[in-house]
Formats: sequence, C-alpha cells, structure tokens
Amino acid sequence: MTLPRRRFVLITTCAAVSPASAKPAEVATLIQALVGDASLKDGLIHLDLPVMVENGNAVAMSVSVADPPSPVEAIHVFAEGNPLPRVAVFRFGPRSGAPRVGTRIRLATSQTVIAIAKLRDGSCWRDSVDLLVTLAACIE
Amino acid sequence: MVRVLINVPKQIRANEPFDVKVLISHPMESGQRRDQVGQPIPRDIINHFIATLDGETVLDADFFPAIAANPFLSFSVVAEKSGTLALTFVDDHGVTQTELAAITVT
Repeated sequence: MTLPRRRFVLITTCAAVSPASAKPAEVATLIQALVGDASLKDGLIHLDLPVMVENGNAVAMSVSVADPPSPVEAIHVFAEGNPLPRVAVFRFGPRSGAPRVGTRIRLATSQTVIAIAKLRDGSCWRDSVDLLVTLAACIE
Repeated sequence: MVRVLINVPKQIRANEPFDVKVLISHPMESGQRRDQVGQPIPRDIINHFIATLDGETVLDADFFPAIAANPFLSFSVVAEKSGTLALTFVDDHGVTQTELAAITVT
C-alpha cells in the first residue's frame, strides 16, 4: 500500500509537532485522585460522542446524568490520547436545571474519552467512548 | 473584549428547566502548536467559565486546551422568577469578561 503524499506529510507533521500523548495510565492516576476511596461504577452517566470523527479540531460532545439518586456535584472529562488528558470540569450549582452539558472538544488522535460524574453522596459513575479520528487536531 | 452570543428561550416557565447556549469568539490557542519558524505559540485559552442566575451558581466550568476554538457551551438552567443570567469567563491573561442575559419567566 502506498501512502498518498499529502497523508504522509500530515502524519509526519503531526508526529513532529505533538509531544508524547497522555497515557491511559496517566488518566487512570487522575481518575484515582478524583474518585479516592469512593466506588467507581459504570452507568448512570452518558457520554455522547460520534464514533467516527472526521475533524478532530471540533468534535461535538454532550454529557448528561439521567435521574441521579443524589445531586451531581461535578462531571470530569478526560481524553486518553490528547497531549494533555484533561478536557473539562463542569460543576453544577443550585440553579442548574439538569446535569447535562454540551460543548465542542479537540481530539489529537483515535482514542478513548472518559467522563466521570461525582455525586453529592460520594458515589462516582463512569462512561467512555472509543472513537476513530481521521484528521487530528494537532495541526490546523 | 471578545464577541459572545447567548441564546435564551423566549418562553420560560417557572421551575421548568430550559437550555442556554453560549458561543464565545476566542482562538483557544492550545500551546501545543508551533509557528512557521518552529517557535511554540504560547497558550491562550479561556480557562474558567461561571454562569450565575441572580447570584446563584448555575454552572462552574474549568476549561483545558482540549476545548475547541470558539468555545460553544449548552447547559440547563431552572428559574423561579425573572432575573438576570450572568456569564463570566476568565482567560490565561487573567482578563475577566461578564455578559448579561435577561431571563423572563412567563
């Protein structure tokens, strides 16, 4: 298989420009620091991201918690394959109508994106999406 | 000062959640890119966003360089009565900007 010239230039530029990406272990450490001794379960929280991403510069992401048993304190989002794994932290106040947020994020490569919801009762819930990125966000 | 677009529904009912959409014109320079001569372009992002309704917090968000340029945010708000929604954001230079939007409960 021959690599088209443009694709080759794109890949090599990406490799030259971007520093080492965050490792899943680094994200695991961040999550461990966040969760602490509390239990981390799958479910409750829903992370909505496309599985196939054409342009990693702006990927529509929405994250929500359906019918939480206790108020949601915060939602943390991590991207394992980005040079910096932290994406955003959303804390909900008393005037929040529902624990849901939509935004647009950058993705440097095909990777797993993880969302953690921390509830007031101390429990933590996790959801993740594995996605494929065709055009990475490291170059314009 | 950056340009901010705020979308608030016209019809809002008391104690019924509604969505607010915000679009901020900002390059959100990640600090990961280099210019033509190979020099790193310094990071310049909006790193903190707070939405309050008459002083009570709606959403308090930390942004990292993984938030796309011209950040868009949609979130849910619940109001008991008409008031003012204040959206405040802080960039890497410490510059704070606040935009106001009227909430009219019908």
